[in-house]
Amino acid sequence: MVGLLDYFRSAAGAPKGSASVAKERLQILVAHDRAARGRPSYLPKLEQEILAVIRKYVEVDTDAVSVTYEQEESHEILELNIVLPESSARS
Amino acid sequence: MARIIVITSGKGGVGKTTTAAAMAMGLAQRGNRTAVIDFDVGLRNLDLIMGCERRVVYDFANVINGEANLNQALIRDKRCEHLYILPASQTRDKEALTQDGVGRVLEELNKSYDYVICDSPAGIEHGALMAMYYADDAIVVTNPEVSSVRDSDRMLGILASKSRRALESQEPIREYLLLTRYAPDRVARGEMLGVEDVQEILALNLLSVIPDSQSVLNASNAGNPVILDHESDAGQAYADMVARYLGEERPMRFLDAERKGLFSRLFRG
Repeated sequence: MVGLLDYFRSAAGAPKGSASVAKERLQILVAHDRAARGRPSYLPKLEQEILAVIRKYVEVDTDAVSVTYEQEESHEILELNIVLPESSARS
Repeated sequence: MARIIVITSGKGGVGKTTTAAAMAMGLAQRGNRTAVIDFDVGLRNLDLIMGCERRVVYDFANVINGEANLNQALIRDKRCEHLYILPASQTRDKEALTQDGVGRVLEELNKSYDYVICDSPAGIEHGALMAMYYADDAIVVTNPEVSSVRDSDRMLGILASKSRRALESQEPIREYLLLTRYAPDRVARGEMLGVEDVQEILALNLLSVIPDSQSVLNASNAGNPVILDHESDAGQAYADMVARYLGEERPMRFLDAERKGLFSRLFRG
């Protein structure tokens, strides 16, 4: 019964084959590539150095610092997000 | 004033040289003085596709280094009097093309040609950067396949940031998409990205869709640009490319799979 349903579903033109997967993957990848393109080249180093400074004072994970960069029409936003461990706030 | 057109892609083997040969021949046959330059240093192939490989005496690097003058190096096409070919150097020195040197050659061509076609090597290294640096227009050759589409998008980023027009804040390069190796029957079965899919991702002005065709291989086997094969689907699709580039309106062709008769549909399996 399920097999019969599937048959009609695919006959009705629902996407099948690998092309739809290719398109989905490309859309995500290209969006990601493009976002990275406008970014200043110093960002990865900036992120590393900020992490190194914070680690002098607080024990944080390597992924505790995230730097995001966004371009709007008239300005750029550089956003720093630092996650401190719960215990550090009290001491 | 010559218009400089780069044929580029990022990925190799997608049909850049075939396209450069077709574009150059198509423009020249319409009476435009056209030069086509092979930028693939060390892997010279345009001469083969154009069928003039035995007439190469001097090359692009010889001209840049002052070992020959431009007119000695340019090979006049035997089929079309307006078409000239400048072959790549077979040296292994990848830096044979300097930005100044390329600029000087293009400046000289600019005086007496209407179009200069730059056939880019694959990749995003020095040769590819030299090919696109001075371009006014870019034809991005893309296959309906994930790695080719991604590389094309990357090349668009490079055109928008590393070309002379970008660096000197001039009007940006006009970018066109050319979809090659298109197999309508596979698109219909959902096995290959369709024109609309690629358009949705790259969002470029579509020049033409070249069907995957035996005629392309026949043409390169014989050293005749496929655009000269007026009977073939690929030849006609390339003729459309040239016409649309020049501003003519032509409906897209070769997008649909051949209609199968009732008989073959019944017995398809």
